Amino acid sequence: MAKLDAEKVNVYYGDHHIIKDVNLSIQENTVTAFIGPSGCGKSTFLRLLNRMNDYIENFKKTGDILIDGGDIYDKKVRVEDLRKRVGMVFQKPNPFPKSIYENVVYGLRIQGIKDKSKLDAVVENSLKKVALWGEVKDKLQQSALALSGGQQQRLCIARTLAVEPTIILMDEPASALDPISSAKIEDLISELKENFTIIIVTHNMQQASRVSDKTAFFYLGELVEFGDTDQIFTKPVKELTQNYITGRFG
Amino acid sequence: MRNKKEKIIETILMLCAAVSVLTTIGILWVLLSESSSFFSKVSLKDFLTDTEWTPLFAEKHFGILPLIAGTMLTTFIAIVIALPTGLSIAIYLNEYAPKKFRKVVKPLLEVLAAIPTVVYGYFALMVVTPFLQKFIPDMAGFNALSPGIVMGIMIIPIISSLSEDALYSVPKALREASYGMGATRLQTAFKVLVPAATSGITVSIILAISRAIGETMIVAIAAGQQPRLTLNPLVPIETITTYIVQVSLGDVVQGSLEYQTIFAAGIALFALTFVLNNISYFIKKKFQEKYE
Repeated sequence: MAKLDAEKVNVYYGDHHIIKDVNLSIQENTVTAFIGPSGCGKSTFLRLLNRMNDYIENFKKTGDILIDGGDIYDKKVRVEDLRKRVGMVFQKPNPFPKSIYENVVYGLRIQGIKDKSKLDAVVENSLKKVALWGEVKDKLQQSALALSGGQQQRLCIARTLAVEPTIILMDEPASALDPISSAKIEDLISELKENFTIIIVTHNMQQASRVSDKTAFFYLGELVEFGDTDQIFTKPVKELTQNYITGRFG
Repeated sequence: MRNKKEKIIETILMLCAAVSVLTTIGILWVLLSESSSFFSKVSLKDFLTDTEWTPLFAEKHFGILPLIAGTMLTTFIAIVIALPTGLSIAIYLNEYAPKKFRKVVKPLLEVLAAIPTVVYGYFALMVVTPFLQKFIPDMAGFNALSPGIVMGIMIIPIISSLSEDALYSVPKALREASYGMGATRLQTAFKVLVPAATSGITVSIILAISRAIGETMIVAIAAGQQPRLTLNPLVPIETITTYIVQVSLGDVVQGSLEYQTIFAAGIALFALTFVLNNISYFIKKKFQEKYE
């Protein structure tokens, strides 16, 4: 069974038809890249998956999105519970103006977990998973804002891991970082694949081809082509995809 | 020709700016010179430590403490009312209210600050006090509680409006980070937005306190004009501002010691608000760019 299924999904903001009839199926423990020019709907689609569009005025969705077989837009689903299962990493590193420690345990604190030894363990584990532990273990109580951009982004990933999601959505997670930090994030994505299902939106073609197993190409709100990354980048079926990945537009 | 015109305009503009500075200097000068002759007759120690303020009686005492206590008491009550209400309104408008609702309600709220304070004063005296007396029978007709509450209502928009601006300027990225972790709107508001907007919220509180300390009409009408060193909100008291009004309207002789008490009280008031305004300026400067 697929981890995630989108069936005939349409999204409207008022009169604007943003996502058009998208069908998509994603397997567990894979990395899927969403590519396409700006405004093609890839970020909007990504944000559907943890319902981050809910608070946008005039937002309307039709069709179904199933995770582990359950409709995530069902009335019985608490959006907060969904977001614990489907974590998100944003384009610009956005640590809270709190200490490194408090950033990592934020998700647990809001769940009401107070047990100090449990929190300590989660902090160490999560920071180790993102290879940040060695760099920050002696300054956990310092402000997260003092870290470099790349470190902040890894902290944000650690913060997401701390609540043990099964899916991680990444919205251009490396686009605001320097090449070295960016490479570290890419390595991290490959490692995290073992335990998580990852969906990443990216503008960077090389990045998509390096990190992902599957690639979905969006254009003007439609899912033009979806398939194995190797196939999409070497012999795409659609001419539009061919033109985009070879840089003829975008 | 053109150059000359520019020069004239520049001079006029500079004079306009100078007027406000000169006014402040003038006020300070009057306050200081008049109160210095007051302090040549009454020691600063008596002024700050005597527990009675009876300059208009036969047996004169010049302790500012009862007036400061009265001012602090009404101000405290006002803040107790205005802070939770104002902050709740700010959070509601910022996090929950639809944009259209916010657009309509925010200016409406600010109307509260535009009602003449004399209206508030009579509202306190004629409506709030009788209403409270139903629940607290031994409350005096003039008291600190009722004008304090009404003053609190008056300063709600200062807190709600400035706090809302502060919450609004918290980067959207922080909000999304919190939602993305599975936080509810309420958790996001209290754990992320309010802490991130602390400086702006603190400034709003200090400005509201300044406004409450300086408020005259409401307390003059409803608080009783009886200087008394007490923290009991149910009995008549007097604030610094009310005393100044009381004496100004009476028939004290210009240049007399009684007359000079106005300026002594004035300088105490000035010192209080001056310190508060500077604290708020300091907080604003210190924390302003922290999250950008």
